[in-house]
Amino acid sequence: MNSGDTAWVLTSTVLVFAMTIPGLAFFYGGLVRRKNVLSILMQCFIIMCVISLQWVLFGYSLSFGPDTGWGIIGSLKWAGLNFVGSQPNPDYAATIPHSVFMIFQCMFAVITPALIIGAFAERLKFSAFLIFSVLWATFVYNPIAHWVWGAGGWMKSFGVMDFAGGIVVHASSGVSALVFCLLLGRRVGYQHPPFRPHNLPFTVLGAGLLWFGWFGFNAGSALAADGIAANAFITTHVAAAVAGLTWALIEWQQNGAPTILGACTGAVAGLATITPVCGFVNPINAIFIGILASVFCYIAIAVIKTKLGYDDALDAFGVHGVGGIWGTIAVGLFAEKTVNAAGANGLFFGDAHQFLVQLTMVAVVSAFVAVMTWILFKFVDAVVGMRVEEKQEVIGLDLTQQSEAAYTVIE
Amino acid sequence: MKLIVAIIQPHRLNEVKTALEAVEVNLMTVTEVLGQGRQKGVTEVYRGAKEAGSLLKKVRLDIAVNENFLEPTITAITKGAHTGEVGDGKIFVLDLAECIRISNGERGGKAIG
Repeated sequence: MNSGDTAWVLTSTVLVFAMTIPGLAFFYGGLVRRKNVLSILMQCFIIMCVISLQWVLFGYSLSFGPDTGWGIIGSLKWAGLNFVGSQPNPDYAATIPHSVFMIFQCMFAVITPALIIGAFAERLKFSAFLIFSVLWATFVYNPIAHWVWGAGGWMKSFGVMDFAGGIVVHASSGVSALVFCLLLGRRVGYQHPPFRPHNLPFTVLGAGLLWFGWFGFNAGSALAADGIAANAFITTHVAAAVAGLTWALIEWQQNGAPTILGACTGAVAGLATITPVCGFVNPINAIFIGILASVFCYIAIAVIKTKLGYDDALDAFGVHGVGGIWGTIAVGLFAEKTVNAAGANGLFFGDAHQFLVQLTMVAVVSAFVAVMTWILFKFVDAVVGMRVEEKQEVIGLDLTQQSEAAYTVIE
Repeated sequence: MKLIVAIIQPHRLNEVKTALEAVEVNLMTVTEVLGQGRQKGVTEVYRGAKEAGSLLKKVRLDIAVNENFLEPTITAITKGAHTGEVGDGKIFVLDLAECIRISNGERGGKAIG
């Protein structure tokens, strides 16, 4: 046991907590129309309540509990936090209490389904959101976390590298977001004219809190206060910085002005992208990864989304899906053993093997997530109905789903 | 000269503007207002305290026109704002006594367009 490591992971847990509320809540909340801002804040808030419970009751055990045989899912032996006490579990982190590892991972389990909110914003029934999120956590997040990070997980045995959740968190939620919004359809009045974000200062506040919390997300994933954590910390910061700048420059060149929304979007894209690689690459290569993160995500959002016409309302796929997939592939290109001896060398350091592993694994996860999202969507749609009525959508989700209004007009 | 005051659903504003542009009515003032008509408001709840049927957000258009533009303007607003549901809004027409363009002091009908 190491008190420094324990203190750092507990601190990181709080940082990752702050990414969902208030970080993501305000990042997304500022982007919707003002009649829907409370619905976003509520979804982010309640998902923290619900998934935290799901996690301690059985989600943690499904993800990290003893493998049931084929590396597919953990057993329920650790349900209700049985065997999850103050003694370290060397399979995951030898120097911190097992319970600290569990609560750190809880925050990841919460933010992952929360990211999907961006795709279905402004038109989903609250009841449908709740049921879908719990099912998604159980049948999509828990298995994937087990495959990639769980002791005996089949992808882990296959050698996949995902430092802090490029596959588990960002590719999984991003691909799910794309499938979800394709099934759900566009918002009423989509693109006639384009909906304006109702409060960009909220979005900037949220993006700042996401960047702040991401230090815990990535450097905390070292599960120790050591050199690997420091490297992850630095690459995270560098990628966010360069991606924010790159996006603003692309916009300046394309549209004549650099926007604060663009800079924020770029920074978040850079953060999502660096997540799986941050503990495996050196800071200078993080610059290249960050630049390309903004280029790829910009193309996905400004060109591909517009052409195909799907309504990924707040670009959950465009930022997290594309960023997560690119970051996962970047592991296979830029990883080097001189940075992290426990990792591998990527294609640019003379080894094609890891590149192929990363490519295969991200493709398999994407296919799994797409199929599962389709099944869960159809199920929830049949049980409670996914979309609010058109009239409710027009009035706004704050009044029709939460019976509250964020802003008063008179007094 | 007439002053047209129209109360419409906020999400129909763009359709109304497009319909007005098609009949060459390009000048208007738009304000956000609260209102209630036959469409009931939505109940709000704050820590258990219920506020039944509060006022709904609407958009108000103020458009001054000469007589020959009156009917085309009314038709355009109706076309743009119509959904057939309760709550589509109303159009009021008032006589307008005078109109003055501030920039050059023009008065009456020629100051309107």
